[in-house]
Amino acid sequence: MSNKIDELQVRTVAKLARLELNDDEVARFSVELSSILGYIEKLGELDTDNVEPLAHCLAIHNVFREDVVKPSLDNDTALANAPARHDEYFKVPKILDDAGGA
Amino acid sequence: MSEELLKLTCKELRDKIAGGAVKSVDAASAVFDRIEEVDGTVGAFISTFKERALETAAAVDEKIARGEAVGALAGVPIAVKDNMCVSFGKTTCGSRILEGFEAPYNAGVIEKLIAADAVIVGKCNMDEFAMGSSTENSGLKKTVNPWNTDCVPGGSSGGSAAAMAGDMCFASLGSDTGGSIRQPASFCGVTGLKPTYGRVSRYGLVAYGSSLDQIGPFTKDITDTALMMNVISGRDERDSTSVGEDMAPVPDYLANIDTPIEGLTIAVVPQFNEGADGDVQAALNAALDVYKSLGAEIIEIEMPHFDYAIATYYVVATAEASSNLARYDGVHYGHRTADAKDYIEVYSKSREEAFGMEVKRRIMLGTYVLSSGYYDAYYLKALKVRNLIRSDFTKAFEKADCLMMPVSPSTAFKVGEKTTDPLQMYLADIYTISANLAGVPGISIPAGFDLDGLPIGLQILAENFAEEKIMRVARMFEKQTDFRLASPQL
Repeated sequence: MSNKIDELQVRTVAKLARLELNDDEVARFSVELSSILGYIEKLGELDTDNVEPLAHCLAIHNVFREDVVKPSLDNDTALANAPARHDEYFKVPKILDDAGGA
Repeated sequence: MSEELLKLTCKELRDKIAGGAVKSVDAASAVFDRIEEVDGTVGAFISTFKERALETAAAVDEKIARGEAVGALAGVPIAVKDNMCVSFGKTTCGSRILEGFEAPYNAGVIEKLIAADAVIVGKCNMDEFAMGSSTENSGLKKTVNPWNTDCVPGGSSGGSAAAMAGDMCFASLGSDTGGSIRQPASFCGVTGLKPTYGRVSRYGLVAYGSSLDQIGPFTKDITDTALMMNVISGRDERDSTSVGEDMAPVPDYLANIDTPIEGLTIAVVPQFNEGADGDVQAALNAALDVYKSLGAEIIEIEMPHFDYAIATYYVVATAEASSNLARYDGVHYGHRTADAKDYIEVYSKSREEAFGMEVKRRIMLGTYVLSSGYYDAYYLKALKVRNLIRSDFTKAFEKADCLMMPVSPSTAFKVGEKTTDPLQMYLADIYTISANLAGVPGISIPAGFDLDGLPIGLQILAENFAEEKIMRVARMFEKQTDFRLASPQL
């Protein structure tokens, strides 16, 4: 039986999901996700042409609050769990290479 | 002395403490002695706050000595699932990606527990990001069932349920996205309520499936369920999905707890009960007989879309999870890889290194069903079926006050028994998952034991914001039975 989602597709989805899967995981997920998606396809048995999608269970629509400034975390508190920081910033590797730039 | 103390309910303990008959400090000490004695075996807690708890308890005792008014949970030791943020310790969500994370604020429910003068004991183990039905997906430790230490406690709030069954707290909080309060309550022989979506603030609850997640209590009996709900319910402007006075005012859940429902009509769905193990079906039928003897009418109904709930759930929940968990980027907080050559690798390698298999599996599935070309076929289709499932409930509650069914097809299974086939683990959520899709409240109460002595829960479901009705119905059964009083030998 061929898998619904082959290893190439698994790698594409993993890239979208920002997961650097190893080869074993790619092979495993191809089998497991195919099996789960095969089960999910039973939804196709139902005629839903005239059914509205339900994203939220309660009859709440827009929820507004007064547009007023409220206290928020100070910088040190917000940065306290950062794996790396530089002064008042989160620190990450350089995004543009030296030849690039705006 | 301390053994007797540990057997008290929250309500009993609170009244003794407030009346000066018991010191809060003694209750807290008894709890920490008990944790030292049995949690090496059970593994319910990821972290404990002994020093802080004893200080809080002493402060409550002083307030009482000075004659000051105290809160509804004054001096009562309470445990919480480790996906609720606290500002005084770690919040791991059972994940290595959050190992060492210290939240800068308290969750809404934590604030409410503190305001009620509760003593917070510690944080309970769970399936990583609440994804699982056995707590075996925790990235940090193992938890076993106090009734049989070869068995799982259920999940994902397995630690919160096991802490209750092991007498390591007087009540605990869990969260329920597809059954994660009700199923471990059933497996561990305690009472567990999933309130209506919107009844309890999720501010500070680490998000999994945001249209499904709800916080609720584990307790020893229904009176304590009402007491806990009085403390944690209500609108919180920091959770825009929480509901208060304008839509569904919060009643005093304790006020009518002992008043039976006159002319109670109970709906059952025979075609689904047949899927449960014999002992589970027998316990349900025995419970229905108790209700019949109290004058209730039992009617049989169909829930034509119930059979599609698992397929719907694993699209909706994983789609939401893939979006919610995108925040773990190795930059803002949590684990960061030591081995990244660029920004994208910080993201993808940090996640690869620290997420467990089930979390990766659900992120992958959720990303797939939301991706271009598959969105309509899977995600939109699932949202439409979700509407059909909700209409099944609406129709059921036009005919009956409540629905009764098993919580899980089986009692607690053996550690390792279902870890090899993820789909088989998902299918065991059949009785709990549809309530989350419809938003309705549901409870699991102790209703018997199987031949091996493992607890069996009875599930009672009712319409949105009918928690009070559920509690009154459950209390009718509780008064006729003593399953809740049994304790495991640890």
